[in-house]
Amino acid sequence: MREIVNGMTNEMKLEFDSRSANEAFARVTVASFMTQLNPTLEEVSDVKTAVSEAVTNAIIHGYENHVNKIQIFAGIEGKTLRLEISDRGVGIPDVKQAMEPLFTTKPELERSGMGFSFMEAFMDEVIVESEPGKGTTVRMKKVIGKGRELWTTQSL
Amino acid sequence: MKYEVQENCLTIYLPGDLDHHNSEEIKREADRLIERGHVRYVIFDFTDTEFCDSSGIGVIMGRYKKVCMFGGEVWAAHANERIKKILKMSGAAKIMQIYEEDE
Repeated sequence: MREIVNGMTNEMKLEFDSRSANEAFARVTVASFMTQLNPTLEEVSDVKTAVSEAVTNAIIHGYENHVNKIQIFAGIEGKTLRLEISDRGVGIPDVKQAMEPLFTTKPELERSGMGFSFMEAFMDEVIVESEPGKGTTVRMKKVIGKGRELWTTQSL
Repeated sequence: MKYEVQENCLTIYLPGDLDHHNSEEIKREADRLIERGHVRYVIFDFTDTEFCDSSGIGVIMGRYKKVCMFGGEVWAAHANERIKKILKMSGAAKIMQIYEEDE
């Protein structure tokens, strides 16, 4: 069973309104999609956190709380989960600065400024593409089942 | 969500998901109670909480800023391993006390 799953590719696309109630919907949907990779609970939590951060950014910063569409693409290739979370909002003028820990453009909202740091900590790869006026896409990758493989190798 | 003020201590019984969606109301209600009740100690009770992201960390940091001016403290209670990891990674664990049971 696992052999078949590991060689498989699978994709899904999701589009929803940029309302904060959909943050939970988005992360639970992606978590549900990734269960076919047989992830550990920790891996599911990692992905849920990363999705939540990207979707929250799109709502607060991308659309500045106006209601518009957020898209999530999720793909599985072998053991790799690939995610793309996109908005067509205001965009980020300086991506490098935005990704610095504790940086926030909205200190009055008491944001922790740790959104991108969390994405980078919990995913294997995070790439942000953004153009002011056009929108932002966050591309993330995570290999699922690494921890378990390591454990198996050690026990042999 | 439930809030409880005893003397100068506010306990916030957090929801299952501490994300941006839920954090706005908690900030508003907590700040109202902190100002009205001269609260110096804020206890975040994570008993029911399974999920916390950087928005949740923002709630804790913001309340810490409010009470630390008056020599107050912020505590976390009943946090599971995942929540503790998030608190440590974000640096929130440096400014707050984490209550450990059975020690």
